[in-house]
Amino acid sequence: MSAAALQLVDLHKRFGVTPIIRGVNLDVKQGERHAIIGPNGAGKSTLFHLVSGRFPVTSGQVLLKGESITGLAPFQINRRGLARSFQVTNIFPRLSVFENIRCGVLWSLGYRYAFWRLVERARDARERTNFILEQINLTARRDVPAGVLSYAEQRALEIGITIAGGADVIMLDEPTAGMSRSETEHAVALIKRVTEGKTLIIVEHDMSVVFGLADRISVLVYGQVIATDTPPGIRANAAVQEAYLGAPAAQAEHG
Amino acid sequence: MSAVIQRGGVLTPWLVAAAVVIVLPYIFSSGSSLTMMSLMGFAIVFALSYNMLLGQTGMLSFGHAVYYGLGGFMTAHALNVIGAGKWPIPLPLLPLVGGLAGLSFAILFGWVSTKRAGTAFSMISLGIGELVAACSLILRGFFGGEGGISTSRTSTLRLFGINFGPQIQVYYLIAAWCLLCMAAMYAFTRTPLGRMCNAVRDNPERAEFVGYSTQMVRFIAFCVSGFFAGVAGGLAAIHYEIVTASVVGAGPSGSVLLMAYIGGISFFIGPVIGAVLMTALQISLSDYTGAWMLYVGLMFVLVVMFAPAGLGGLLLMHRPLLAAGTWRRVLPAYALALVPASLLFVGGVLLVETSHHLLVKASEGSAMRVLWIPYDAKSPAAWAGILALLGAGLLALKHIGPKVADAFHGARLEATSKLSAP
Amino acid sequence: MLELIIFSSLNGLLYGLLLFLLASGLTLIFSMMGVLNFAHASFYMLGAYFGYQISRYVGYWPGLLLAPLLVGGIGALVERFGLRTVHKHGHVAELLFTFGLAFMIEELVQMVWGKIPVDYRVPELLNFSAFTLFSTTYPAFRIFMLLMSVAVFIALLLLLTRTRVGLIIRAALSHPHMVGSLGHNVPLVFMMVFGVGCGLAALAGVIAGPALVTQPAMAASLGPILFVVVVVGGLGSLAGAFIASLGIGLIQTFAVALNISVADVVGHLGITLTRDSIGGDLWVATVAQVAPIIPYLLLVLVLIFRPKGLMGDRDT
Repeated sequence: MSAAALQLVDLHKRFGVTPIIRGVNLDVKQGERHAIIGPNGAGKSTLFHLVSGRFPVTSGQVLLKGESITGLAPFQINRRGLARSFQVTNIFPRLSVFENIRCGVLWSLGYRYAFWRLVERARDARERTNFILEQINLTARRDVPAGVLSYAEQRALEIGITIAGGADVIMLDEPTAGMSRSETEHAVALIKRVTEGKTLIIVEHDMSVVFGLADRISVLVYGQVIATDTPPGIRANAAVQEAYLGAPAAQAEHG
Repeated sequence: MSAVIQRGGVLTPWLVAAAVVIVLPYIFSSGSSLTMMSLMGFAIVFALSYNMLLGQTGMLSFGHAVYYGLGGFMTAHALNVIGAGKWPIPLPLLPLVGGLAGLSFAILFGWVSTKRAGTAFSMISLGIGELVAACSLILRGFFGGEGGISTSRTSTLRLFGINFGPQIQVYYLIAAWCLLCMAAMYAFTRTPLGRMCNAVRDNPERAEFVGYSTQMVRFIAFCVSGFFAGVAGGLAAIHYEIVTASVVGAGPSGSVLLMAYIGGISFFIGPVIGAVLMTALQISLSDYTGAWMLYVGLMFVLVVMFAPAGLGGLLLMHRPLLAAGTWRRVLPAYALALVPASLLFVGGVLLVETSHHLLVKASEGSAMRVLWIPYDAKSPAAWAGILALLGAGLLALKHIGPKVADAFHGARLEATSKLSAP
Repeated sequence: MLELIIFSSLNGLLYGLLLFLLASGLTLIFSMMGVLNFAHASFYMLGAYFGYQISRYVGYWPGLLLAPLLVGGIGALVERFGLRTVHKHGHVAELLFTFGLAFMIEELVQMVWGKIPVDYRVPELLNFSAFTLFSTTYPAFRIFMLLMSVAVFIALLLLLTRTRVGLIIRAALSHPHMVGSLGHNVPLVFMMVFGVGCGLAALAGVIAGPALVTQPAMAASLGPILFVVVVVGGLGSLAGAFIASLGIGLIQTFAVALNISVADVVGHLGITLTRDSIGGDLWVATVAQVAPIIPYLLLVLVLIFRPKGLMGDRDT
């Protein structure tokens, strides 16, 4: 019995008459670190949006831990244990860093829509928030409004909010986009740290990140998965090399 | 130990506020002052309830007076029923009836209203406001037709000899409820739901992705806001002893929006400032000039254009300057700014007043006076003077404005570096 | 009965087309600039008053051209010096700015022309009855209003579908950011669109002024219905606005003509309901009395069953 954390079954997505996702089948095992790569316009972010409920599916199914989450609202999917980050930083700019994380924590601790208890009294929320802040190295910036953080700090906060709720399937959409070499290294170390024991699905363009982090890689081209394999297998795959026009795949092989 | 000190620190502003409220009538003891302070009391509650929607959850409503007015009507009806049946319910409990009415109608209309967000929500709130206002002509029993519903606050159970006839007693009733509601609404901002309201305001999409249904957050905030609006309406009903259909209409809906925004929607204290200021202006200005509504509208537009954080925002942005002691730096520039400010102010007032006199009071002839200075509203010299004042003011603004901005930014920069240095 | 149907249809069509004249300008401005012009009905009112003032000097017909041009110019200036300043503060600030503007326009109009309605007269040329049906006459001016509205509508349609400008506007209706990226002078386009939108509203005012009452409250009474039309039609959809305008125009006009109440209807079945029965007011109110709230009831119904409006697809 394979413990499949996430299953995509014959997923299709059309915008008007234009097909973007044209039949994707994917199985991600529990605890696996799975990367999705592909050329620009392949539909990677769209796939994320389909899974996390931001876009409705045209046909096909998404199964989370065996249960169908197709067509559910984002908050319903999140409550079932799937959390995602965004390619374009999507934080709460006017709240402090601490409050940003705390917002990610509240539902998972069962506070729901409570307006009859003070949030300052919620010690478990505070402790968990501090713990997450430590993990993403933003404890020193806890009272700063999130909107004034540097770009790399905001990306770290983005990841922090995503993992704060304790979801066991984490989806990260290009977490290192726009980062320098050293910032990327820190980010990768952070991602490895915070996704210990969880299922990670990550979309990335940076090949060194992908090959250093992933257990398995899927390659998405024109809305279809053309290959799913371990990193060495993907590196050697002729169809993948062709799809990438050679250069990036060759670079990663030597890098 | 630190918890006790923290506790003391949290409670102090409220104790000070309570003390001020108790002492005020001894300083301003005239009848008209008491009336004005009573009006401010429920205006504050109304404006704060409105800001639960706008400033805290990002929902711009053009029909909030529905819950205020319906709360008032229910309170008036309840008061009449209690008075007629001699039920042993004391007057201080009546605003609760208003609150429950506001809550009920907010639940009824809120579910439909919160189905959409943003501009659509604003238009829906406008539509529902018009719906209820138009119903007032149809449902004559509830709304009392043109005459409205009259009531008497002295008809309830008398406790400790207080019958709430004199204005001073009404003032203390309103003040007590005002403080209670302020504390409750402030506490709301410190609850999990209150925090998520801010999150939904900042980024509704992200809020969904941390497990919260934005519609549910907005709906509950809408209901709680409706409750407090209803309380304000109940207090108004008790004060005026009459409720007419205009109280659910565009007038109060518009003025509460103005109050909250001019005061500053990003700060809890903002609507309080706005409510106090607007009530004072409304009462005092209307004695001096027939064009006071135009002034209020102009002030609102200026705030929207140049000070979107409101007057409260303008004041509170000086906080770091006060904390670091760099406020002295801006004093010369601010003093200089009085030049364009007074030129534009005097010029503007003269323009409005002269035009008003010519257009509206044409039958009284063209002689008029502002303060002590008489002049002829039609004389070219007067108009030349007015335009010269305005022109000079704009010129001065162009030159002095940047200096003021620079002085402020310099002072703030110095303040933040001082405060963050170890 | 037939008389009622014919005249109500004509009047309903007229009212609906008038609403659409206003709603189309509003939708164009909203689709291009993302701001719902709360003062749109105020520019309609300005058009009526300017037309009135012009008619006092040179008659009605010059006003038909001059008033929209003047008001359109004012609109362009408002966009350039007002909206543009507020644009950087976000959509809420823009909406509030137009709200404050509506407030001030109403006060200014009251100050200049007074609070009582002004006598904006139907031009002599059209001051006759077009036809008589079953003993009721129908004024020629109303036929003129109908024809003018249809003419403007056709001109708009041609502009949007046959010209290059129209192509740009249609593109901006669904993808405003893309239009800017394609190199068009977006600030200038905004100013022109806002000006033209306000000019259209003013034209509606000049057309409607002599037939409906020209008074300071005309903006406040038409405004909310206008916003209901665009929300019911679907924010950003011209076709939706058209359907909603005609729908609301016809329904409300027919309703005003019906002087029956629930009590009347059940009375035929032998049940007696009066003002003193429980919920008395509801049963005794005639459809004509309820007519003012019909647009808002429609709004609530549409929101329950089709929250995005009849044809809306853009979320705000």
